[in-house]
Amino acid sequence: MSQRMGDPALMILPAFALLGALFVVPLVWFFIGVLSEESPGDMIERGVAVLSSRAAVTALITTNWIALLVTGVTLLAGYPIAYYLAMSTGWRFAVVLFCIIVPYFTSVIVRTYSWMVLLGRNGLINQALRAAGLTDAPLPLLYNKFGILIGMSYVLMPYMILTLYAAMRGIDPSLIRAAHGLGASRAYAFWKVYFPLSLHGVVSGSLIVFILAIGFFITPALMGGPSDVMIAMLIERAVEITLDWPSAAFMSLLLLAATLLLYAIYYKVTDVRRMMGAAT
Amino acid sequence: MTSPVPEPPDGNGKGAIGLRAVTKRYGAERVVDQVTLDIFPGEFFSLLGPSGSGKTTTLMMIAGFATVDEGAVTVDGRDIAGAPPQRRGFGMVFQNYAIFPHLNVFENVAFPLRARRLPAEQIRERVAWALGLVRLERFGDRFARQLSGGQQQRVAIARAIVFHPSVVLMDEPLGALDKNLRYEMQVEIKEIQTRLGMTVVYVTHDQEEAMNMSDRIAIMNRGRIEQVGPPAEIYERPANIFIGRFLGEANLVEGRVEDVADGVATLRVADDLTLRAHVCAGSAVGASASLFVRPERVALGTGAAGEGDLAVNRAVGQVRRISFLGNIVRYAVEIAPAALIIVDVQNTGSRRIAAGERVTVSWPVADSLVLVG
Repeated sequence: MSQRMGDPALMILPAFALLGALFVVPLVWFFIGVLSEESPGDMIERGVAVLSSRAAVTALITTNWIALLVTGVTLLAGYPIAYYLAMSTGWRFAVVLFCIIVPYFTSVIVRTYSWMVLLGRNGLINQALRAAGLTDAPLPLLYNKFGILIGMSYVLMPYMILTLYAAMRGIDPSLIRAAHGLGASRAYAFWKVYFPLSLHGVVSGSLIVFILAIGFFITPALMGGPSDVMIAMLIERAVEITLDWPSAAFMSLLLLAATLLLYAIYYKVTDVRRMMGAAT
Repeated sequence: MTSPVPEPPDGNGKGAIGLRAVTKRYGAERVVDQVTLDIFPGEFFSLLGPSGSGKTTTLMMIAGFATVDEGAVTVDGRDIAGAPPQRRGFGMVFQNYAIFPHLNVFENVAFPLRARRLPAEQIRERVAWALGLVRLERFGDRFARQLSGGQQQRVAIARAIVFHPSVVLMDEPLGALDKNLRYEMQVEIKEIQTRLGMTVVYVTHDQEEAMNMSDRIAIMNRGRIEQVGPPAEIYERPANIFIGRFLGEANLVEGRVEDVADGVATLRVADDLTLRAHVCAGSAVGASASLFVRPERVALGTGAAGEGDLAVNRAVGQVRRISFLGNIVRYAVEIAPAALIIVDVQNTGSRRIAAGERVTVSWPVADSLVLVG
């Protein structure tokens, strides 16, 4: 059987080949092709130039700020949903999970456009507000940071919820029961037992969302205003409009490095969790 | 939501638990059916029964984790039906210990005190006292994963008694430990309970454990209480066949009641064999019943069956099976077709009887009972 099936390591080979051909090779080729034309001195100079340009600095600040806000929003909104999911069974569980998973499988562009329909000047929300007499002029819900925040939080929400849910499912319900049995009120049991035990999920989920958020392109490009330029949009501009490929390569490298660094932290966090989980 | 911390329950007469016709239904099934019990202050009380007998559900209703469908649960005369678990003020030890993995031993034991917002100084004192009681003084900064099963169990016990509850509920706390350790822990738990004078309600399916520790045992079966009493009484005088069989080894020889006189029934076991036993519950003449006698009460002889002594049951039979169990040797003797008597003989080194030999078994009529259903 195993002879015919071959080495299990071979099973992952097609995936590796695909990833290599479509991601690693073009990336390396891009970096080498673009950056090898310059001497190391030029490269440092370019790096300094890119990093000290107003556009790049603003984009870096905007990117981090938005990623941070999105992480906060998904965490605050996602934690109760994940908690509900972890506590429920049967059709309630199925319905909520379905509502989280289905958008996850829908194209980001489709989801972003549907938000634009809702949030636009004459979108559903503004129409409803005006019809209810709550506002005279349409509220600026789109083409600003608020729009980006809504759109990105929505797109990234499943990552947060599912990560939190996985952590919560690992919490032994008898511990909460024990806390009540030993005299803890519901709130005390939650904050002293449940929440600390779900903390590694909070860290993992936040890191995942943050990692994904700093590289976001479509949603901020469509829903943001002219001043809301994130690093991925700056790269796209350098490639498509100003044709400054070396700068694009440098910024890409920066983004990749940041992502890998955060991923390393994420890996460490989840690994620690596994160690704790395995021992208890 | 702070509940007061009671003083140590040393003989203050607190911690009486009453169950009045308590019933729990899951769908149409009554998992606990009209259970009425009085558990006295300072008593070690065990709920013993096979799995699915309703003993854990009964405990959960006392604890407040399961709602009571009918009847009432009282503590020192007060109905506690409406109180959630955290307001009942019981100490609890759970089946899987339920040690908080993110807290060290000190913080685990301090948990009930912190939940009651005690001052830090008092918390330090109390935790030190409780850890001393379970001999874990030096383990305060360890985590559960660094402790053995027995140590984790002791942490759970310290955590349950640290706030001086008058009642501690224990749900099969020793189930996960191996046999030797279990016995040690039984002794330790019993000692702590006696020292603090607290009421313990203890759920177990291990009959030896229940007999070793309890002042009284309630035997549960299919949601009902079959018998309540001190271990020796239940062991010596089981109320029915189920209890006789459930608690320890028992001989139950089927027959028909031929005659009842002066509290002694004559049971026809075979055409050529009648046995006599004390009547327990109204067994009518003509009814089918079982004669109950413990294997250690039966004597084994090689002589012929003597006649005459009405106070002793005698029967002749053939040794069918011999089990060597170390301290005892267990013989199965066929005294009538399909009627085996198990005889436990202390392994004193005297001559062993071989399988197939004809032997006489005898036991005092006073040691046997007539049991029905």
